[in-house]
Amino acid sequence: MSKQIRQLDRVVIRFAGDSGDGMQLTGDRFTSETAQLGNDISTLPNFPAEIRAPAGTLPGVSSFQVHFADYDILTPGDAPNVLVAMNPAALKANLADLPRGADIIVNTDEFTKRNLAKVGYAVNPLEDDTLAGYVVHPVALTSMTIGALADLDVSKKDAERAKNMFALGLLSWMYSRPYESTLRFLERKFAARPELVAANVAAFRAGWNFGETTEDFAVRYEVKPAQMPPGTYRNITGNAALSLGLVAAGVRSGLPVFLGAYPITPASDILHELSKHKRFGVLTMQAEDEIAAVGAALGASYGGALGVTTTSGPGVALKGETISLAVALELPLVIVDVQRAGPSTGMPTKTEQADLNMALYGRHGEAPVAVVAPKSPADCFYAALEAARIALTYRTPVILLSDNYVANGSEPWLLPDVESLPDLRVEFATSPNGEDGTTFLPYLRDPETLARPWAIPGTPGLEHRIGGLEKADKTGDISYDPANHDFMVRTRAARIETIPVPDVEVDDPDGDARVLVLGWGSTYGPIGAACRGLRQRGLSVAQAHLRHLAPMPANLGAVLRSYDRVVIPEMNLGQLAHVIRAKYLVDAIGYNQVRGLPFTAAELETMLEEVLKNV
Amino acid sequence: MSEPIALKLTAKDFKSDQEVRWCPGCGDYAILAAVQGFMPELNIPREQIVFISGIGCSSRFPYYMNTYGMHSIHGRAPAIATGLSATRPDLSVWVVTGDGDALSIGGNHLIHALRRNVNLKILLFNNRIYGLTKGQYSPTSELGKVTKSTPVGSADAPFNPISLALGAEATFVARTIDSDRKHLQSVLRAAAEHSGSAFVEIYQNCNIFNDGAFDPLKEPATRDDHLIRLEHGQPITFGKDGQFCVVHPPGGFGLEVRETAATRPEDIVVHDATVTDPAYAFALSRLPGLDLRNTPIGVFRSVERPSYDSVVRAQLDAARADVTETPEQQLAGLLNSGDTWTIL
Repeated sequence: MSKQIRQLDRVVIRFAGDSGDGMQLTGDRFTSETAQLGNDISTLPNFPAEIRAPAGTLPGVSSFQVHFADYDILTPGDAPNVLVAMNPAALKANLADLPRGADIIVNTDEFTKRNLAKVGYAVNPLEDDTLAGYVVHPVALTSMTIGALADLDVSKKDAERAKNMFALGLLSWMYSRPYESTLRFLERKFAARPELVAANVAAFRAGWNFGETTEDFAVRYEVKPAQMPPGTYRNITGNAALSLGLVAAGVRSGLPVFLGAYPITPASDILHELSKHKRFGVLTMQAEDEIAAVGAALGASYGGALGVTTTSGPGVALKGETISLAVALELPLVIVDVQRAGPSTGMPTKTEQADLNMALYGRHGEAPVAVVAPKSPADCFYAALEAARIALTYRTPVILLSDNYVANGSEPWLLPDVESLPDLRVEFATSPNGEDGTTFLPYLRDPETLARPWAIPGTPGLEHRIGGLEKADKTGDISYDPANHDFMVRTRAARIETIPVPDVEVDDPDGDARVLVLGWGSTYGPIGAACRGLRQRGLSVAQAHLRHLAPMPANLGAVLRSYDRVVIPEMNLGQLAHVIRAKYLVDAIGYNQVRGLPFTAAELETMLEEVLKNV
Repeated sequence: MSEPIALKLTAKDFKSDQEVRWCPGCGDYAILAAVQGFMPELNIPREQIVFISGIGCSSRFPYYMNTYGMHSIHGRAPAIATGLSATRPDLSVWVVTGDGDALSIGGNHLIHALRRNVNLKILLFNNRIYGLTKGQYSPTSELGKVTKSTPVGSADAPFNPISLALGAEATFVARTIDSDRKHLQSVLRAAAEHSGSAFVEIYQNCNIFNDGAFDPLKEPATRDDHLIRLEHGQPITFGKDGQFCVVHPPGGFGLEVRETAATRPEDIVVHDATVTDPAYAFALSRLPGLDLRNTPIGVFRSVERPSYDSVVRAQLDAARADVTETPEQQLAGLLNSGDTWTIL
């Protein structure tokens, strides 16, 4: 039977199932196949903090959304065109997000009386008119998978567990995905158990062939490759890109990278990734707590390494005192905060941008640090290099504010040429810097960077003591002198304030926009997509996005004042807006949401349209 | 291997230009002088030596040593020193801490540094009181201690630092006293020679807030009957005339003090600091009573176990053994790993 092939420019698919159903893996593999084909992609995993919540319940639902297109896209998509629901809980938890007319592929085997009751379905939604507005494809996924593996030497349990590969096979067929990389992946993953390779490959092929033969799927789709700049790409998550950025910072600085970390969601993957790169001299230490993690990193920096600590909001709170010590010691230190919904434990697997205030102000005394935020998964690589550059050049702690959305989301990354990456080499002090030629002054500053010399232990003739007590200018001796303290506090502030950072760029293609949307961090994609949507409808709007939150770009005040209205969407209650209002006396409007989920482009578009109407 | 060159350093070389600002009569002066006097023995260049401290009177120590040094924050010195030691195995890293710094606010870092066996020499000045904050009780103060913060007596039982270190399976555990310079230096010598964490508790007198806390161990009239001087390979006897000894009574878990005259010589425990099971040293640490009778000093335990530093270093070396590319080439390879695709 030959199937009709229809061309699409973009598709959003959401794989949803029980946390034990392997939905993250399925989504990952589909994304990888899609990347191979050359579509632009953006992904959004969404999973519970519980490792295995009770099976079949709403809290146990795990999903993975992938958006792919034949043009460049900025977000994982607002609403899925296709939902794969592995059980009634997955259907119920995700149905509200589906626009009418969307395709729903359901695993009918799981729609048992018991499973329906678990999520409060009195009547099977496949049998009443609950799904009347959708295109429903009932598929007996579990039994067909077991049937397809009947001749193989695997247990029923293992056969059943391969059902996600059946689903992947079916979707791969539907969207004409190249699947060779998935077969190779299965061979690698189950190398130690060949029978599982065979089972998963057979399940995948059964899903593919089912699509090919069943009449329920009359149409097959194609999404042509996107026009993207030439080069070599890979699909990458924010946490992986950030880790590689830190490895690259080690290579480009010639310094060993030391990571002190305590496991915390959603930052742990950076520890996992960096612990694989010992070949680069990267030393990772799983510390006894957050405080020890940053302490060890600072100790490593003191000894001449690039000290890094990775955590999430609760961890940054614990590290505060040590970050202040690093401010006083004026040593390089990179603190990565992969933000999650707070306060307290909050929602550890959900995203938020509510640690900006803590990053900027969350320490005792006047303790300024530099703050940098990545705007997308691949950008985490460059943001990590930028954080390291500032830390090493200006001998200061730098907070890198990532968040769960960019950390776990993924996108294609045009791989950079290593030689094009910034040169981060530093010079350690090697000889006395006092006028007499014999004295070493640990707090005598470079007039240009205001950085003090980095004199590492082991350097003869430069033996000196540093500490958290206030230090006299130049000599670094303990000082309680009022004028000296005033001078040192102001100097530490100036050290950060005068770090040169690139001007903020404004995207205002029509040149006549009266409204500027200002964002920072992971809202870049949704804001950009909303602006595009408005422009496609003939409306003018300008977009600017901050990578540097401290110090802020020198041109920011002028940019803000050149627009009639400034709108600041944030996944917090207005932390950047507060800073902007205080610093630039600009009457910025905040648009705020703290639902643990990224903005949708559609809601921002609606909000901005209202603003445009009223300027 | 050639013989190391004698550096011919003296105690004076280890004195910094900073004025020492402890209270007159503080035990810390004696410890500082003993350490400065001992340092030349190490025959390590000054620039290779780092002192890291936390907060408290004792933690001012690094300012007075003409080596590298960091006066850090309360309780965190072992953590900071761990990062330094792990990345700089060429350095000799010393931690100076007190009973509040190490056992209260920094308790977690201390036990984890010890269990990891980081190559650190940790000197804990124990004066059983909070000095810098002016006289509150500390985690080593005796139960019922009357201080500014406990006017009717403290309600919490103290830590025994030696027991605690042994519980964390520290590989080197010793105790000494500020006023006994010879003994102090002998313990420092043994600590310095140890590879891995060396934990040294130094009984130190705070003449302002807890004066005389260790007097029974110092007064000529009482000290010999109170102190058990541990010496590896020697039967444990003590007292002015060796009239006391330590035995391991059958059926019991611990050690007990008996009169030597009433004990068969073969029943007297011969001190062996190299016993792998920390239970023996732990039993020794439990001998002292509230009145400080039967207080062992010297090396309780000294066993070999690979240091954290050497294990992580070996992992790095093994990972890098077959690297032939430049770091830039390696990085290009890493960035291009995994599933990649090319757009022409």
